[in-house]
Amino acid sequence: MEYRNVLTICPYCGTGCALYLQVLDGKVAGTLPVKGHHVSEGTLCIKGWNAHGFIHHPDRLTKPLIREKDSFREASWDEAYDLIASKLSALKGQPGPDSMAVLSSAKCTNEENYLLQKFTRAVLGTNNVDHCARL
Amino acid sequence: MKRREPLRKAIEGLLDDVEGVLALRRTSGHVAPHLFCDSGELDELAVSPKYPLPGTLRLIQAEHPEAQLAIVCRGCEERGLIEMAKRNQVNLDRVVVIGLACTAEEAEECRCAKPYPSVLVDAHVGERAEPVVDKLADELRQKDVSERFEFWRQQFDRCIKCYGCRNACPQCFCPECTLEEGLWVERGEVPPAYPTFHLIRAMHTVGKCVGCRECELSCPAGIPLTTLYALIRQEVREMFGYEPGADLEEQPPLVLPAEVES
Repeated sequence: MEYRNVLTICPYCGTGCALYLQVLDGKVAGTLPVKGHHVSEGTLCIKGWNAHGFIHHPDRLTKPLIREKDSFREASWDEAYDLIASKLSALKGQPGPDSMAVLSSAKCTNEENYLLQKFTRAVLGTNNVDHCARL
Repeated sequence: MKRREPLRKAIEGLLDDVEGVLALRRTSGHVAPHLFCDSGELDELAVSPKYPLPGTLRLIQAEHPEAQLAIVCRGCEERGLIEMAKRNQVNLDRVVVIGLACTAEEAEECRCAKPYPSVLVDAHVGERAEPVVDKLADELRQKDVSERFEFWRQQFDRCIKCYGCRNACPQCFCPECTLEEGLWVERGEVPPAYPTFHLIRAMHTVGKCVGCRECELSCPAGIPLTTLYALIRQEVREMFGYEPGADLEEQPPLVLPAEVES
């Protein structure tokens, strides 16, 4: 028997509210707000309170899916990344880098978002990069 | 910090007899509930800020009904455990209670009428502080119904419908919550309809709310929910003579069959 709380940041937007994931016997069982935290001050919104909901959810995607005609098939990460790289490389050649755009996410960390804009500008070669917080 | 050492000793003395002691732990600069199983972890033992530990006990006992556990309880948490036990949410036969009295400052902050345990156990740690009067509740009692209605309308106008009050409440454990039923609460409507949403929740605290203030502490809009439920508690006391958490035997009025006049 093991019960502990894992301190983390809410994945749902860029505010940065702190929350505890309640972990019972290795499984996430609930969310608690973090009292005294300088951002969220012991409170959460409805999304933060449900931040644990998707972790063990049966509908959660855990493997890459590649679309073939009207259906999806499971694929390995290597195959998925190879496909992404080949498609992006092709588009970069013709019709050109500005035919692509990248949307980043408030669910990512600051560092991940930095990497994505760097990838967009330096690797893909376009300034078409934006984020979901503008939607 | 005066209470930390005696609390640590009380927990240490129990660790050999139980599978775990539910208390607070400070790591990474923040405090959270933790199940202490090893005395080495007690270096990180914390006394405050309080968390709804009885809710955590319910979570653990649901998965481990046979486990022998211990829990650190303040006055409100003891009252909460008693009400949960009456509704079969916790099993008091399998839990040892370590009593913790709140300081006068904590009692003041919570506007707490009984800031120490005394029913299941007396406080092992800390000294009994004086009860604190909820001044806002007193003020509201002096107003007439329309003024009170308007006061709460203004308060609830700020509600962002986060369900934090319900989620934080150790006494809210219904598998299906009325506040999520479309019949009563329209989805996607913010702020939620006044007074339906808030008074449904308020009515559902009758005979259960022990004034632990977790709802108010978790409210991003700063709505003084503790006061609203204290006013209801007073009505219940006057109408039914029932005080939630005061006694293990007496049954709450809403689970008793109504008396039929002959």
